[in-house]
Amino acid sequence: MRASTIRPAPRNRERLDIWDLLIRFVLIVVSLVCLLPFLHVVSKSLSSDSFVIANKVFLWPQGFTIEAYKKIFADASILRSLYISVIVTVLFTILGMILTICAAYPLSRAQFKGRRVITFIFLFTMYFSGGIIPDYMNINNLGLMDTIWSLVLPLSFSAFNLLIMKTSLTHGIPVSLEESARIDGAGHFRILFSIVLPLSKPIMATLALFYAVGRWNAYQDALFYIKHETSLRPLQLKLYYLVIQASESFQLEATSVSLSNPEVLKASVVVFATLPILCVYPFVQKYFVQGVMLGAVKE
Amino acid sequence: MKVANASKTNQNALLRKKQGPGYFLKRDWQLYFLVLIPLSFVIVFKYLPMTGLVIAFKDYKIAKGFWGSEWVGLQIFQDIFSKPDFAPAVRNTLLLNILDLCFSFTMPILLALLLNEVKSVRFKRINQTLLYLPHFLSWVIIGAIAYQLLSEGGGVINNLIELMGGTRVPFLQEDTNWLISYLAIGVWQSMGWGTIIYLAAMSGINPEMYEAATVDGAGRWRKVWNITVPSIRATIVTLLIMNLGKVMEGSFERIFALQNKATTEYTTTIPVLVYRWGIESGNFSRATALGLFQSVIGIILVITADRVAKKLGEDGIL
Repeated sequence: MRASTIRPAPRNRERLDIWDLLIRFVLIVVSLVCLLPFLHVVSKSLSSDSFVIANKVFLWPQGFTIEAYKKIFADASILRSLYISVIVTVLFTILGMILTICAAYPLSRAQFKGRRVITFIFLFTMYFSGGIIPDYMNINNLGLMDTIWSLVLPLSFSAFNLLIMKTSLTHGIPVSLEESARIDGAGHFRILFSIVLPLSKPIMATLALFYAVGRWNAYQDALFYIKHETSLRPLQLKLYYLVIQASESFQLEATSVSLSNPEVLKASVVVFATLPILCVYPFVQKYFVQGVMLGAVKE
Repeated sequence: MKVANASKTNQNALLRKKQGPGYFLKRDWQLYFLVLIPLSFVIVFKYLPMTGLVIAFKDYKIAKGFWGSEWVGLQIFQDIFSKPDFAPAVRNTLLLNILDLCFSFTMPILLALLLNEVKSVRFKRINQTLLYLPHFLSWVIIGAIAYQLLSEGGGVINNLIELMGGTRVPFLQEDTNWLISYLAIGVWQSMGWGTIIYLAAMSGINPEMYEAATVDGAGRWRKVWNITVPSIRATIVTLLIMNLGKVMEGSFERIFALQNKATTEYTTTIPVLVYRWGIESGNFSRATALGLFQSVIGIILVITADRVAKKLGEDGIL
């Protein structure tokens, strides 16, 4: 065991002992376990049928072909679901951010009377809710069943995100800055738009990502609320019926005899639905980590 | 000093009397206006459904409507407790979630301890990026990937097993195997992401403590055990309490994406049963009562866990 020096000289690489190597080995194995399943599915989606049927595809495509992807892009219902998912995610994120800011700013002001009660009203929803059926009846009564709004409105307020935003505004905005603005005659709206929001860009980006990824990935509410209107199915729900339940078939053109095996098509649909997240992942990850850390400040 | 304080409070009280609610409403109307928007949302989409809970105590008939249906007291609850599905659903919910808690809760702690021992920033960052990846996928996608990997017919793991001379294993098509796969997939999805909060807690540890321990001749594992672990204890307890509250819940999306017709032994859980009774069969009263039963037990568990944590000298969350 080497005594670690307080200030290791730069460029002078630290010697790794047996434990370091062992730890690195374990971490590499665990990381590969996280990565390899994707690589396999990607390879499968790019392989030709015969190799997949013969169980010869592992981590590299065999008989490379993008036939399956052509099929997906030719399938109007899958593209339609992608479109619905994008619209719903954008609307949901915008609305969620508006609601969070509108709640967090007043609740972070010490002069705001009644904020304890109102904070409680908001946070109580984190611990207790009506549950699946009362929620379902509510959406039904409001006439939102089989509309896009059943996916946008109900979940757009998140008490957890409010908590993060409120904490950030309370500690992140110097009181003196606000006071000087007030002396200059600025009202609350002016302070919010000209001072608070520009200063809170990082936290807003984080929460917007929380909202967007959460919405993009959810399918439970769509399963409940989008019953008959198949054209309103978001991508995840489409995927559920297509791949997990296998209750729906791909709308293949009559000519496609080459793709008799649904496994390749399934694999490529999975990759297709994962791509949007994978594209933004490196960017998303950085902000998400920040967001989780901010959430941890409370503890 | 005391006199001055007293007169000050008096003054404040006087001021407060003069400034009634109207004063604040007028002064901060913009703030009240802002908060009204989310407040109305919460009332419509969170509190309004709570009134729907009364149908757990009514014999709800759609024709008679919400108010016209008859009160039946606790009869619905007696009814659900005697259903043959009820006991297995409670057992499965507890079984799946407690096992999940055992594995999915401890893995991130172990991983975080390992990651914290790595000095190379680059190595650490690449590893973390890969480890976080599964967290960003929806349960549908994870379910689909699971079938691509684990199915008995064409799953790649079975292909490998066969290649090495073994026999194919029905990972997802047999009850006990399904349970193990369910747990393993849960660990896979959440282990990397779960490390973040522990790593944050570890980054706050004063490096002088390690230096002092080194001077005292402590070895690497001694430092981990005597400095790192105690430093994240509060975080562990907080997260444990929060997770204990979910022992009665369980993720509907996760079970639904991984279930199949061949494995029904463990997949009947409370949320699945609520879905089946309520949305599939339209028995709203029964499903609502079951949901209410679940939330009440969940809240009792959180409060109990919080009390116990406080008794043991931790902070708790409530």
